[in-house]
Amino acid sequence: MNIIQMPALMLGQMIKNREISAVEAAQAYLAQIEAKEKSLHGFVTVDRDGALARARAAQQAIEDGTLTGPLAGVPCAVKDNIMTEGLLTTCGSRMLNSFVPAFSAEAVHRLEKAGAVILGKTNMDEFAMGSTSETSAYGPVRNPWNTDHVPGGSSGGSAAAAASCECAFALGSDTGGSIRQPSGFCGVTGLKPTYGTVSRYGLVAYASSLDQIGPVARNVPDCAAVLEAIASYDAKDSTSMKRDAYDFTESLRDDVQDLRIGIPSDYLEGGKDGVTGLSDDVRKAVLSAAETLKERGARVEEFQLNYVRYAVPAYYIIADAEASSNLARYDGTKYGYRTGSYDDLHSLYKRTRSEGFGAEVKRRIMLGSFVLSSGYYDAYYLKALKVKALIKKAFDDAFSRYDVILAPSAPTTAPRLGESLSDPLAMYLSDIYTVSANLAGLPGICLPCGFDSKGLPIGLQMLGDCFMEKKIIRAAYTFEKSRGPIDYSRCSREEAAS
Amino acid sequence: MKEREYETVIGLEVHVELATRTKIFCGCTTEFGGKPNSHTCPVCTGMPGSLPVLNRQVVEYAMAVGLALNCEISRCCKFDRKNYFYPDNPQNYQISQLYEPICRNGRIEIETGDVTKTVRIHEIHMEEDAGKLIHDEWEECSLVDYNRSGVPLIEIVSEPDMRDAAEVIAYLEKLRLIIQYLGASDCKLQEGSMRADVNLSVRERGASLLGTRTEMKNLNSFKAITRAISGERDRQIELLEDGKEVIQDTRRWDDNKERSYPMRSKEDAQDYRYFPEPDLPPVMISEEWINAVKKRQPELRTEKMARYQKEYGLSEYDAQIITGTKRLADLFEETAKLCGNPKKAANWIMGETLYLLKENHMDPEDASFSPAYLACLIDMTESGVINGAAAKQAFAEIFLHNTDPVVFVDTHGLRIERNDDTLRSLVQKVLDENPQAIADYQAGKKKAIGFLVGQTMKATGGKAAPGDVNRILSELLFSHKPL
Repeated sequence: MNIIQMPALMLGQMIKNREISAVEAAQAYLAQIEAKEKSLHGFVTVDRDGALARARAAQQAIEDGTLTGPLAGVPCAVKDNIMTEGLLTTCGSRMLNSFVPAFSAEAVHRLEKAGAVILGKTNMDEFAMGSTSETSAYGPVRNPWNTDHVPGGSSGGSAAAAASCECAFALGSDTGGSIRQPSGFCGVTGLKPTYGTVSRYGLVAYASSLDQIGPVARNVPDCAAVLEAIASYDAKDSTSMKRDAYDFTESLRDDVQDLRIGIPSDYLEGGKDGVTGLSDDVRKAVLSAAETLKERGARVEEFQLNYVRYAVPAYYIIADAEASSNLARYDGTKYGYRTGSYDDLHSLYKRTRSEGFGAEVKRRIMLGSFVLSSGYYDAYYLKALKVKALIKKAFDDAFSRYDVILAPSAPTTAPRLGESLSDPLAMYLSDIYTVSANLAGLPGICLPCGFDSKGLPIGLQMLGDCFMEKKIIRAAYTFEKSRGPIDYSRCSREEAAS
Repeated sequence: MKEREYETVIGLEVHVELATRTKIFCGCTTEFGGKPNSHTCPVCTGMPGSLPVLNRQVVEYAMAVGLALNCEISRCCKFDRKNYFYPDNPQNYQISQLYEPICRNGRIEIETGDVTKTVRIHEIHMEEDAGKLIHDEWEECSLVDYNRSGVPLIEIVSEPDMRDAAEVIAYLEKLRLIIQYLGASDCKLQEGSMRADVNLSVRERGASLLGTRTEMKNLNSFKAITRAISGERDRQIELLEDGKEVIQDTRRWDDNKERSYPMRSKEDAQDYRYFPEPDLPPVMISEEWINAVKKRQPELRTEKMARYQKEYGLSEYDAQIITGTKRLADLFEETAKLCGNPKKAANWIMGETLYLLKENHMDPEDASFSPAYLACLIDMTESGVINGAAAKQAFAEIFLHNTDPVVFVDTHGLRIERNDDTLRSLVQKVLDENPQAIADYQAGKKKAIGFLVGQTMKATGGKAAPGDVNRILSELLFSHKPL
């Protein structure tokens, strides 16, 4: 196996054993980025010199014996809405086209402490708003399995980079499925932790009550190891939780015999009349994955989850409301983009924001401002909070009976480029399987469970109760063992299938 | 036709800057002044990715004020975002409290003349201050200083229970006193650490409904508040008398022109789109926490007044004057403890200190002299080291420059001369020069001795002890041959 296709932990082990140096690893990935970027566009910024310098420093520390962790010297990528000190952080927006942060996110600090080598910043939907990674001001990301298709979003750059072996793993962020859905579309493994597990300090806020940083990697152990590295209690984030243990890799056991797994039957009502628009390919793959887990000894059954059709509207009201406020600071006065000409303060604001933000961001700011405005607050925002509470309760009930909830990560495989943005409502509705975990704060993991007739990956999602990452990691690991490794050579070759 | 009689109805929104060492949501210092933008960090300049962390001391000060104003303390208080675009506000939203403020339903008693009245407190909420905009006329640009951004404030909202300026001033003075006693703020109106917005409406006396109110801002002294109330009351009555309507708006008081100008009306009032602050979890306030704050609550004025009468034997009047500001009370008590002479300490505070404050146009809070120096001065006077005139001279220096009285007295040669021989020859000289006074004295005009004492004191340059002068004068006069 060549360097770039190795799982992160395997590469880390070889670096530790001095079979490969951190610099060689960085060089190999930088070469792959060079080869793939023209067709993929998974990165906004590739920090070639910085990455090599960091790799040399990591190698020195490894040789000095001061750096010993499993990710030491392993090259990775970071989504472009996660602050990196001294390294351009654009959030995929023209608004931050020149923004160089003065500090790094806590998750980045922790990655650096673990010795991982950051190669660059991955492309994304603007301010994480989108399900296709087409709303980036720097051009769309393409799906490495088929470049006519989107990689999903908003962490599409992270998922595409991981799948195409442009990095060993990447950090993404998940507000309504932005790690899990692109992981599904790109055939990689992505994990959204329980809200409060990874510090949000340094994550550029989209919807503060829903945002979480998480790992995207090529298998379950890598995901667990990266989560172990970045998760922590952080006093700088008031919503950060003190957890009993962060030893997520402890749960990498090939055993589901004691697990009760539920599949919401209301998630499977596909077709024209169903609420979900679930495609046959995806349904079959998910049910077959359930069958596999049953064969491995888990108890698997269908159940009624309820409130499924209300999740998407509640999510878009809450997320957009928070976004309208979180994005108010981008006004051209302090940093980032400023319009070329203006007459007074208001025209400075108006022109800067009209020119600096793309259409989808503006749509969400307007929707969010509307649902918070006087006279509409109760009817929209408060009602959405009530729905959120009901959804949380429905999951509480479900988790009193099941350890893991099995679901698709999206109703279909990756749509073709340019198909989605013209009908935003349909795009929003395709988030049906992912938004609930954010509304309820739950952890969720997504991993490949097959390919459709066009050769595009199908994602399998496992949700756990709050703080029960270990259960979903164990279930995912067990499934992965039965499924066998994914062959990433097909999408990491220089000319991917088109 | 009988002229209509109007009643003024006033409610206040008072912003108080809390005396915490650091800002409400970050570790930056709250120190006043400093180079522009030197007391800032990513949090208080609204950088992307930064997050607020609540300063516990802010909650405790807010609770302390709430308890002193007899409020209910919310067991689960929450922060909300108030959204508006303005460059003094780096995030373009202010973190404040709308739905679940920390304190509600309080009341305080105010006294105007002999009348005592209760003013109800609607609520107290915590929030962050904004930065400061500086408009540069020369460069045609505006600059922002975020040193004040994130300084903690509480807003105390009263019910519309006041009826005239005297009540408003009494209410504000009472609030200020309580908050100063709690140490929660220095409450300086001029420096903006206490700011009052006046909500005022008028109605015909006896009417049960409230009239349309206006809100007045930019009131930075009690005098300005008094003038603004009378100005706004007259403006509203004039409108009503002309058959016009009062428009609900926010107005800016111009104290130089003595009139108010509309800032914005209700029609173009901003929609602040308040919603719960997702970056801050609710603050859970337990019974134990409230009790702990209660326990630490310092002595307030009423208790202090009673104690000063009992412990230091002050009269009720003296105790009232001295406890009129926390600063004076602190200076008094410290001085009294150090010199062991509370009566004299009280006299110096009520006499020279108040006189010099007035003379120098200073607030009691500005008195910065060391009580140890005053105590030393009292000791020196009492033990006859200096006389009263020298003491006053020395105190003026202590008051203004916090000068060590021992150093001052010595460098100015103010120590009393206790050498009887020197004094005796001086007195003799005075007697020789004033035969008429001696004659008067011998003729029974005993007052003439006063004149002779004065002359002698003058001759000694004020350095003699009046007792010594009296004694020697009497001696020499007694032995003087009748003229």
